[in-house]
Amino acid sequence: MANPGGGAICNGNLHNHGKQSDGSASGNCAKNGIVKEAQQNGWPHVYDKPLVESFEEAPLHVMVFTYLGYGLGTLFGYLRDFLRSCGIEKCNAAIEREEQKDFVPLYQNFENFYTRNLYMRIRDNWNRPICSAPGSRFDVMERVSDDYNWTFRFTGRIIKDVINMGSYNFLGLAASYDESMRTVKDVLEEYGLGVASTRHEMGTLDKHEELENLVAKFLNVEAAMVFGMGFATNSMNIPALVGKGCLILSDELNHASLVLGARLSGATIRIFKHNNMQSLEKLLRDAVIYGQPRIRRAWKKILILVEGIYSMEGSIVRLPQIVALKKKYKAYLYIDEAHSIGSVGPTGRGVVEFFGLDPRDVDVLMGTFTKSFGASGGYIAGRKDLVDYLRVHSHSAVYATSMSPPVAEQIIRSMKFIMGLDGTTQGLQRVRQLAKNTRYFRQRLNEMGFIIYGNEESPVIPLLLYMPAKVAAFARHLLNRKIGVVVVGFPATPLAEARARFCVSAAHTREMLDTVLENLDEMGDLLQLKYSRHRKSARPELYDETSFELDD
Amino acid sequence: VPGRAEQWPSLAPAYHLILEGILILWIIRLLFSKTYKLQERSDLTVKEKEELIEEWQPEPLVPPVSKDHPALNYNIVSGPPSHNIVVNGKKCVNFASFNFLGLLDNARVKAAALASLKKYGVGTCGPRGFYGTFDVHLDLEDRLAKFMKTEEAIIYSYGFATIASAIPAYSKRGSPFHLHGLPGSRCPLNLKCVLFCFFLLKNPRKARVTRRFIVVEGLYMNTGTVCPLPELVKLKYKYKARIFLEESLSFGVLGEHGRGVTEHFGISIDDIDLISANMENSLASVGGFCCGRSFVIDHQRLSGQGYCFSASLPPLLAAAAIEALNIMEENPGIFLVLKEKCERIHKALQGISGLKVVGESLSPAFHLQLTDSTGAREKDVTLLQEIVNHCMNRGIALTQARYLEKEEKCLPPPSIRVVVTVEQTDEELERAARIIKEAAQAVLL
Repeated sequence: MANPGGGAICNGNLHNHGKQSDGSASGNCAKNGIVKEAQQNGWPHVYDKPLVESFEEAPLHVMVFTYLGYGLGTLFGYLRDFLRSCGIEKCNAAIEREEQKDFVPLYQNFENFYTRNLYMRIRDNWNRPICSAPGSRFDVMERVSDDYNWTFRFTGRIIKDVINMGSYNFLGLAASYDESMRTVKDVLEEYGLGVASTRHEMGTLDKHEELENLVAKFLNVEAAMVFGMGFATNSMNIPALVGKGCLILSDELNHASLVLGARLSGATIRIFKHNNMQSLEKLLRDAVIYGQPRIRRAWKKILILVEGIYSMEGSIVRLPQIVALKKKYKAYLYIDEAHSIGSVGPTGRGVVEFFGLDPRDVDVLMGTFTKSFGASGGYIAGRKDLVDYLRVHSHSAVYATSMSPPVAEQIIRSMKFIMGLDGTTQGLQRVRQLAKNTRYFRQRLNEMGFIIYGNEESPVIPLLLYMPAKVAAFARHLLNRKIGVVVVGFPATPLAEARARFCVSAAHTREMLDTVLENLDEMGDLLQLKYSRHRKSARPELYDETSFELDD
Repeated sequence: VPGRAEQWPSLAPAYHLILEGILILWIIRLLFSKTYKLQERSDLTVKEKEELIEEWQPEPLVPPVSKDHPALNYNIVSGPPSHNIVVNGKKCVNFASFNFLGLLDNARVKAAALASLKKYGVGTCGPRGFYGTFDVHLDLEDRLAKFMKTEEAIIYSYGFATIASAIPAYSKRGSPFHLHGLPGSRCPLNLKCVLFCFFLLKNPRKARVTRRFIVVEGLYMNTGTVCPLPELVKLKYKYKARIFLEESLSFGVLGEHGRGVTEHFGISIDDIDLISANMENSLASVGGFCCGRSFVIDHQRLSGQGYCFSASLPPLLAAAAIEALNIMEENPGIFLVLKEKCERIHKALQGISGLKVVGESLSPAFHLQLTDSTGAREKDVTLLQEIVNHCMNRGIALTQARYLEKEEKCLPPPSIRVVVTVEQTDEELERAARIIKEAAQAVLL
């Protein structure tokens, strides 16, 4: 997963991508004619820069210390467990009822070893409660622990105006109430909160129809269907699309909802290496040529599951190559654009627009409204027959309540804002501001010498910390300096690659970003986090940013 | 032994040496010769592979759906789905939404949600672990735990995801789950069936490490019956299983204070390991919660997939749920009112020729099924739809109960769902009963 060095990574090894590796100016999409088709369909933008992604490896001594750290933690864990079982140390965890002591234990002791002994030490860095809107600044409630993180208590103080680098607020649309949200208020007063029925029974409101038409228009597809929860959209609709006898090719680092949906469907799952087109092609070839294992019958369908932007890596899917592969091998493509809708692409339409492709090439476009639209819920969009089928056969439509009306109105309002249908160009400006902020932040972090993963253009920026102790120190120090960051460790990431993940937002001003960067600089020196061996120079940017400004 | 060594070369007979030499030569030959794999005979050439790739045709991604499918011609509600509802352009009284306590339209609930909207906006932009925990969520969890008299509660942002995340958090592959009446595999509870399943676990060594769970619904949505909780608790202690109770329909309906089936039967809440409910019926909000002892619930904070990997509940919905809880606590008399209305309409709907009432008299959501089925499910569905249309044209909004026909293990027969709410006046109940009688007569006779 960690490929050394930066530079253009175009693993063009498809038959029709022969000349890929010279990084030609015509980019990734030129060879299979997709660019031409896209232009004929009137797409305004053609992606013509080579993708720059980097996953630098850490120096050896860092990995050694990381594993040592975990080893030491585990040893101490065993010691403390021993002391607890002897009774020398008090056990703070909740225990089973007296009457049920002779039941088969609910949890295996070892299942919770990691939680009890490693996670518990640093768990004050997660689940931090806030008490304001998750905008560019928020208020964190202060909590302290008297017994080493087993229980927390609120002191009652609130840490105000903490800079928010953790919430998924890409376009800055999650903010406390202002006049532009008036329609949401009106819908709340008229429609109420809940719906109390399913889509098939009495739960389809005119608001839902309006929203679905708008989503289809936004994505430039035939039809769309919305659901009340993004996670449930994946886990309940993938089983409706594929079943036994079908094959799912899923990326290594797919989100838990995609994995759950794939497992629930009962299809055979094969995993290809993250964003690795050779691995995917090999699997596709083997699947089509050899068919199902043992019985050798052909697969009924092959579905490729990928995400637009991977949230833990910050990498962007290699969509042109995947579309070419899918066309050659007649597979179907399902993209989960949870993080990329609204945040990449010149007008915020997601990875499909980012690469200048035709949305009709992707069979199932899925996304969520939580991140860029400041609401909640998910959607699936595509051809009309696909959406009709899902309306009839999706678990969510039959058994689950539909989306709440004010939430639907918030999405309608945000989408109109981004599309410019409210009469201003503010939406477009925000998309461009996000792109600017992303590039600036990534460039400065690279200059400082941190190891950053992911694509240059992705607003999700993982900064590698590696050692478990540094994870805790980083988050705590930054909170003291009034910056809120998200740190992630095992099991969401590989054991030795704990990281801090920044989510840049269009609502962040240059001053906020500069404040954060200064503090990161100091933290980097304090905690020795500047591992990168490829420090970029501080020369001025080579591409002209001002070409994106509408008004100067 | 020195003497022995001198004799060694001469003592070995010639044929022995020759045999060993041949053996060594044979081994060398085997080592260097090409190995034959059986598959190589049938290995495909590149040309054949390309042909296979070209010839293969997958099934279409989705099979075509007929335009007349009832799910594609669904009811569209213009405006709020409250007591007076406008369905497909017609004004009706709502007998189809699960708005048992009439809180969908309540001014206090809306005001609380509005205050929350002003302060927090709409979305939370993150899962609970990453700054998605708001003080409103902590408040709601606290209130729910206090209301149900348990130690702890955990909320989810979607009702369906609640039980779907809770159960997998505790089960491993191979631990038997006796699912009786679970949403998605809704079978009527059969005590004999439960006993039989337990007898199957005869192997004592295996039985000692397999966890046993009984999952039941408090009030079954498909049949309108209440689960026999006292017997289940006895079984629990006899066979050392844990009970997971799904109370979506019975929370806020049964019991003196609306605490559900446990209060209805007078069973101590500690005997139930996990209670899961959704806030979409009585609490007129969106989302779900689980409550129980900290020992059980705390595990879900790290292993509940719908909790850890999904954005948290929008704060305005949580604030609405808190206010709805306040209303429930302030006037516990509404549960009695609801019960009376249920009994009234049950009585009124008895004796309709052609339709029978399925469900107990204290269930606010019950079914009307055809007494004599035509034999084909499709025809039954069409007949019932005609009755529904007849009622809707006269101002009573009803719906058929919908299922995913291929997914249900015991698919219930087609039926019309009737929902009773506190907002329905006695006069409206009488009118509804009358119109349904007339519709049944007009369509079935």
